Amino acid sequence: MALGTVTRAELGEAVYQEVGLSRNESAELLELVLNEIAGALENGETVKISSFGSFSVRRKGRRIGRNPKTGEEVPILPRRVLVFRPSQVLKAHINEALGRAEGGSATRTG
Amino acid sequence: MTKSELIARLAEKNPHLYQRDVERIVTTIFEEITSALAHGDRVELRGFGAFSVKRREARVGRNPRTGESVSVEEKYIPFFKTGKQLRERLNG
Repeated sequence: MALGTVTRAELGEAVYQEVGLSRNESAELLELVLNEIAGALENGETVKISSFGSFSVRRKGRRIGRNPKTGEEVPILPRRVLVFRPSQVLKAHINEALGRAEGGSATRTG
Repeated sequence: MTKSELIARLAEKNPHLYQRDVERIVTTIFEEITSALAHGDRVELRGFGAFSVKRREARVGRNPRTGESVSVEEKYIPFFKTGKQLRERLNG
């Protein structure tokens, strides 16, 4: 398994290669896309990207947590968390590619 | 919001761009993330979040209906960790 990290720079470059915009505009567009998604999530919307996955916001209630270092009890306030559910297509694609890379079979079970 | 709604909203806010181009941009971004993950790479978008792949070991599972044991092969799960800034935005 390769362990590289892809960042904004590479994604911006991919956008630049794909569309006839300047590198600067490509980077800006990437930012606009991320910001539009973040804005929808902030409004509590679910964002569904077909063949990739969906992002949704879940509300969590207040609960009592513990500081693992000191053992002290601390309240964890109600908050909203983001949940990503990968699509079947994405999961299958990754398993096929990485299963093959390791020489293992990537047959689906269940 | 679906992918096509995302494209429509972006096109509306950026009238200087063709909808066709906005569509290619959005598609390219998700295709690039997918192919990075398929290589076992991480995708880190500071402030938004990071995508990575986690490996699940092969295990013996059980068919919950019949109780029968079945072997579950090793598999890979795409994983997303929300970025600090986005997490704060959700709780602002």
